[in-house]
Amino acid sequence: MSFQDSIWLTTLVGITGVALVFLYVISQSGRQEEPSAVQARAYALRRWVFGGLIALGVVVTGASLRPFPIAPQHTLQPAPQVIRVVGHQWDWQVDSGPIQAGIPVAFEVTSADVNHGFGIYDADGHLLGQSQAMPGVTNRLVHTFTQPGKYRILCLEYCGLAHHGMILEFDVVAGAEEQS
Amino acid sequence: MSALHPGNEILPPRERGALTLYLVTTLALLLVLMVFGLLMRMAQGTWLHVPPTLFYQLMTAHGAGMVGTVALGGSAVMWYFLRKYVSLSLPIFLTNYILFMLGAVLLLAATFLGHYAGGWTFLYPLPVKSMGIWSVGAAALFMTGYLLIGVGFLLFYLDAMRAVIRVYGNLGRALGVQWLFGGIIDKTHPPTVVASAMVIIVNSLGILGGAVVLVMSLLNAYAPEIVLSALFVKNLIYFFGHVFINISIYMAVIAVYELLPRYTGRPWGVSRPFLWGWAASTVMVLIVYPHHLLMDFAMPRWAAVLGQIISYTSGLPVFTVTAYGALTNIYRSGVRWRLPAMLLILSMFGWAAGIIPAIIDATISVNRVMHNTLWVPGHFHFYLLLGVLPMLLAFMYHLIGGEADRPDRGGDRSAFALYVLGGLAFVLMFLAGGHASVPRRWAVHESGWQFYDQVASVAAAVVIVAMLWFTVRLCRGLLHGPAASAPSPGR
Repeated sequence: MSFQDSIWLTTLVGITGVALVFLYVISQSGRQEEPSAVQARAYALRRWVFGGLIALGVVVTGASLRPFPIAPQHTLQPAPQVIRVVGHQWDWQVDSGPIQAGIPVAFEVTSADVNHGFGIYDADGHLLGQSQAMPGVTNRLVHTFTQPGKYRILCLEYCGLAHHGMILEFDVVAGAEEQS
Repeated sequence: MSALHPGNEILPPRERGALTLYLVTTLALLLVLMVFGLLMRMAQGTWLHVPPTLFYQLMTAHGAGMVGTVALGGSAVMWYFLRKYVSLSLPIFLTNYILFMLGAVLLLAATFLGHYAGGWTFLYPLPVKSMGIWSVGAAALFMTGYLLIGVGFLLFYLDAMRAVIRVYGNLGRALGVQWLFGGIIDKTHPPTVVASAMVIIVNSLGILGGAVVLVMSLLNAYAPEIVLSALFVKNLIYFFGHVFINISIYMAVIAVYELLPRYTGRPWGVSRPFLWGWAASTVMVLIVYPHHLLMDFAMPRWAAVLGQIISYTSGLPVFTVTAYGALTNIYRSGVRWRLPAMLLILSMFGWAAGIIPAIIDATISVNRVMHNTLWVPGHFHFYLLLGVLPMLLAFMYHLIGGEADRPDRGGDRSAFALYVLGGLAFVLMFLAGGHASVPRRWAVHESGWQFYDQVASVAAAVVIVAMLWFTVRLCRGLLHGPAASAPSPGR
């Protein structure tokens, strides 16, 4: 199951859960009960719902922010591979040279004109990671390709008439360790 | 059972006329803009040839138009209910409408005559760097249209602020902050006043932020030597944009607080959790916008963390105050399931369920693979199409009263069913597209993505059929219905 699959599943479960709660309450709406009794029970239950959501939020926050998902932007330690990327209306200018799988690569992403979105897609069309490409700003995206093969860069920030044409294919080769 | 149409909501003819202007305009614009959306989805699905130039114009008009139209409808809801508690100015209400219409004309002219297609977010410097597709003048016309609309809404909020302060002393007391930490809550303090105070505070600041960035962008358009920071401008735009569209929900939700209790026969008074929810939302809506900039790694790390955590906590008032309160209000209440009540509960579901994919996307590690895919329009269409619009429709169906209140009106119920099914299918296709990593705002889709577009096109057509029914029924009711003059009290 990919990361996107787990996000999709979590979302569907959440939406279905909300829908079921609504359907249950609607199914009960035809009966009548003293409002004060309903309120007393509902308010007691709400404390648990509130507490549960807080607990869930704390756990997810802790789990999702460690390690921090964005690479340090101002590090003195150079990445093993550095690729400079410049977005233009409407193409990508990317440093030439092989990108090796299994070794972190730091994409230093900027733009020569307007905002673009630097999205890395694998051969199956899955988005692996992204950063904004903004004029006057350099965003450093660190990614480790696990497999050699064909990859694509797609523009993920609307940038004008040929936004949808900003696609560049590139190769990732086997790393030195894999080759040996 | 409380009166559905209390006497203090009867409008004099001029007020009724102004409200009708707002609502008929809202309905007409929603319908047209939905058709724009359908055309875009059909084009992506290769069922219709739309050149990219026109596609991006439609996209720009759809985005700007929907945000403005939902705000227009929301302000009508707020005005209608708030005027029961404070004295609002009719000339200001009409001025807002006139400025909105003038602004809308400029937006449409810039888009379809000037070929401006810089997106509703007018992200600097795209408006002035179009590669010759549109002129700087067209971009300036578009931004001037925004300014006019913003000035109108700011006048509306300033008038509401004046009126609320006159009655309640200050906005804090209207918001109920005096009861947050103790004291005996005045149970007659209207939820409408609490919500309106929040809206006034937050959207006045949001619009001021928008005005600043629009003026900066206009200056840059004609004096390019005044160079702007793209990152700073983006911060201001998303502060303004996030606040403005969110506040439309908070204005429209007043209809839920006011109307649902009338159909259930149970009051919905203020409580300490309710006041805490609104006070917290006042702060959170203002500071949550960095979740739009999670992929701008040059932003400070604390801003990204703030964006994630506040996005999570923003969901709490929605889930545990408003949606939970609505469910408590109808549970075993013997509610009269007339169309307004049905639409109100749908709106609560749409809002509560729609923020789930939104909150998930605000997680930085998720945003890395979902940002600017179809996941994003998936979540905001969820709580706009199935959340806010049903609030507005419920309000209007309630207003026209009479026929629409009858439970055996088959056409309305069929339209409601179509709207729910079409709406759900439509937003789920966006989310499914996001799951498949389909980028958003692409005029041309690859073959593997077109299945989602085609199913979404059918779903959108179903929604539009339902919306057409609603529009005709509501416009007829608003313009000629028995409630158009004054509904009889206690009906």
